[in-house]
Amino acid sequence: MTEPLVVVDGLSVDFTTRHGPVRAVRDVSLTLRAGECLAVVGESGSGKSVTARTLLGLAGQGADVRARTLSFAGHDLRRLGARQWRRLRGRQVGYVLQDALTSLDPLRRIGYEVAEPLEVHGLATRDDLDDQVVGLLAEVGIPDPEVRLLQYPHELSGGLRQRALIASAIAARPRLLIADEPTTALDVTVQAQVLDVLAARRDAGTALLLISHDLAVVARLADHVAILYAGTVVEQGPAAELLAAPAHPYTADLLAAVPSVEGPVPDLSGLRSAPAAQEGCPYAPRCPLADDRCRERLPEALPYDTGRLVRCWYPGGAPASVPGERSAVPVVPARAEPVLTVRGLTKRFRSPDGSHRTAVDDVSFDLAAGEALGIVGESGSGKSTTARIVLAEFEPDAGSVLLHGEPWSGLRERDRRARRSRIQLVDQDPLSSFDPRYTVEEVVAEALPRTRDRGERVAELLGQVGLDPAILRRRPGQLSGGQRQRVAIARALAPGPDVLVCDEPVSALDVTVQAQILTLLTRLRRDAGVSLLFISHDLGVIRQVCDRVAVMKDGKVVETGQVETVFRAPQATYTRALLAAVPRIGPGPRVPARPRVPEPVPVTDLKGPT
Amino acid sequence: MPPLARWLARRLALTLFVLWGTATLAFAGMRLVPGDPAHVIAGGVQANATPEVLETIRAQYGLHDPLPVQYAIFIGRLVRADLGESYQLNQPVSTVVLEQLGATVSLAAGAAVLGFTLALVLALLTAGRPRAGALTRALEFCAISTPNFWIGILLLGAFSFSLNWFPVLGEDGPRALVLPWITLALPIAGVLAQITREGLERALGQPFTLTARSRGATENRIRLRHALRHAALPVLTLSGWALGELLAGVVVVETVFARQGLGQVVVSAVNGRDFPVVTGVVVLAALTFSVINTGLDLLYRVVDPRVRQAAL
Repeated sequence: MTEPLVVVDGLSVDFTTRHGPVRAVRDVSLTLRAGECLAVVGESGSGKSVTARTLLGLAGQGADVRARTLSFAGHDLRRLGARQWRRLRGRQVGYVLQDALTSLDPLRRIGYEVAEPLEVHGLATRDDLDDQVVGLLAEVGIPDPEVRLLQYPHELSGGLRQRALIASAIAARPRLLIADEPTTALDVTVQAQVLDVLAARRDAGTALLLISHDLAVVARLADHVAILYAGTVVEQGPAAELLAAPAHPYTADLLAAVPSVEGPVPDLSGLRSAPAAQEGCPYAPRCPLADDRCRERLPEALPYDTGRLVRCWYPGGAPASVPGERSAVPVVPARAEPVLTVRGLTKRFRSPDGSHRTAVDDVSFDLAAGEALGIVGESGSGKSTTARIVLAEFEPDAGSVLLHGEPWSGLRERDRRARRSRIQLVDQDPLSSFDPRYTVEEVVAEALPRTRDRGERVAELLGQVGLDPAILRRRPGQLSGGQRQRVAIARALAPGPDVLVCDEPVSALDVTVQAQILTLLTRLRRDAGVSLLFISHDLGVIRQVCDRVAVMKDGKVVETGQVETVFRAPQATYTRALLAAVPRIGPGPRVPARPRVPEPVPVTDLKGPT
Repeated sequence: MPPLARWLARRLALTLFVLWGTATLAFAGMRLVPGDPAHVIAGGVQANATPEVLETIRAQYGLHDPLPVQYAIFIGRLVRADLGESYQLNQPVSTVVLEQLGATVSLAAGAAVLGFTLALVLALLTAGRPRAGALTRALEFCAISTPNFWIGILLLGAFSFSLNWFPVLGEDGPRALVLPWITLALPIAGVLAQITREGLERALGQPFTLTARSRGATENRIRLRHALRHAALPVLTLSGWALGELLAGVVVVETVFARQGLGQVVVSAVNGRDFPVVTGVVVLAALTFSVINTGLDLLYRVVDPRVRQAAL
């Protein structure tokens, strides 16, 4: 067995903040060898990014890093000075951040960004710099590298941007590549391609440290997985064994929360949410197995099965909160009057170059009372534009929207205002749709008529979405992502709408929180009888919530039908391709990378961002 | 027509509109203030010109014509770049302005270069460094909140009277320009340094800075090659304002340091109701403003590629 490239033993990172010290990482131990992939999985705030950045000496200002061992290729990282760190960064360790739109300098050309590590480390001469960059861009599968080199990040699609970011990280041929959420916010087909690029690097002998909140994403690539919760590794071991039979309750919950496109739809109403405990096992407040011992003492990391370590008093205790299949999808009353009738919607936009682009092309559907219709598609498919037309944010160029059989589109705003409250929106990012100076109470109360019992109504609504009235006085910035989305749902429900338009409501959330929000939406639909128009790029999420689904591509609906039918026997080629690209957690040997010919990038990915 | 040419054509039209507007306002303003121009031309109110002389002057300068006619003649001359003749100096306005332009431009341009450089250096050195930042921020606030003339008087007191490093008054060469430059530059540098520092700090907090760090880039490289360009955007926006400050400051500084220049010309022209000179300087200032702002907008497009794509 070769010497490990990275050895981390007993790593702790504390931050000094105004509210006292924060223990971001506690006693984390990891090893990583050349040509292997270690995935560190956890939700936001679990310390996974801090752990990764410690290996670059970029844990952040005010970080107090302590470790028994922290070594890279035999060098003790704890003793490095600023200059030695710089020599390591980029040259020995490459770093890929998530969301390449903000991780690449928006004012610099792609070529400049990719060339920077070569320049910094003196690995290229003026003459061969461009050739090297073109070669790197081609290597990560970017078509027309000579052209892309001169473009700016905003002129590239999300997938190409992420590839360019990877090209810059591998430019100096580092021995370790750290990828921090490299595919978050990408469409499934693009996500699969980006993972292939990373797999190719691993197969070429680079050690790969993959940071993600999504177990399904890492399942394809990882040889080893470490599950992080509240800064502590609660379980680690070989990927196949760990994913096939999770030993820690948190791992089990994480696995259950991943929305799948096949198999039974799990009932996730048992997932609890609570902040991590400071004493004892951090997961105890959320754990179905927790007893007094868990709350008092943090368990040691003990060997379990073959080559695994688990920090739990009851390892492999129970397949936590997956008590079988969810009861059948709520039945829609037969021949219900449609709440929303959409016929032949078409919308064209003018591009900067003056040409017209058809964003929505002859889209028709009905939404019955109490029904949940999913619209699924990749970015640029026109699904959000359709939602915005239904919300009457703008008028269609052709076609019509009827609400309760009466005209909704094509009216003057004055004639629509009285019925505005019938359709409400739940957005992807509630933080930007709340006034940051409002309290939670004001945010929700704003949507209610000014009556005497307004305060009670707000408390009632918050209870309905599972929020404690204690947060009434908080401001949006002080809430977690899941709490914010619950507040957004409470506000949308306030006027008692008939239709909730949910535009990617869970795509910015951790999987367990996502599962809770989806459970909430399903329950609200049943209890409040509200119809859902659910926009998402995630097929698994759609399946969790919806009765029917419409698959959109290039502005057209390519397939529509009952969720189970469409997912089991997709008719359209595009639906089949979408389903095939969804990452799956399957036991078995790791998937070797596909042949590394720069594969053709699908047409959808070649277009610039919309 | 390519978009850029179309944009430039529109800016040119806008500039002409601004020039017409300022000239009209200047015309209206000078007609509204009390005082008979004929007296001014005859050598001031105290000159005791005979009614016959005044009558001749009125006829010669067309002051008998109704206002619309006078206005039409005025605009007609302006279109031919004829600014007329100074009432007080009996010289063409263009000669008066051109004679003094050099002194003022060297004062304003030098102060601008000094102010921008000072702001840039201060911001680059102190951005993201809380203690150094707090100290310079205090100094910047002093510079911003102290009036120009007072800075000038303090500098004169310290460096000319006490230390004798620089001449108190006069025009002899660049040495005499140092204190006026500093006087003009300090308030501008104070504001621009704050804006630049804020822009730098915002850029240094962005993920792309972390990416650059992870490539092994040095702190200097990150600041100069990445962050500075982002900080330049708000600075460009404020440069138009800085230009206005400079023009206003020139009048004060030329008075404090008893220097020749357009500022002095304007002061005496306004006092003496020398309508053609005032109009000439106002139109020149408006033209400078328009041209520089168009240049700044072009520069904006060079610095930020995202603006280039946006509709022109």
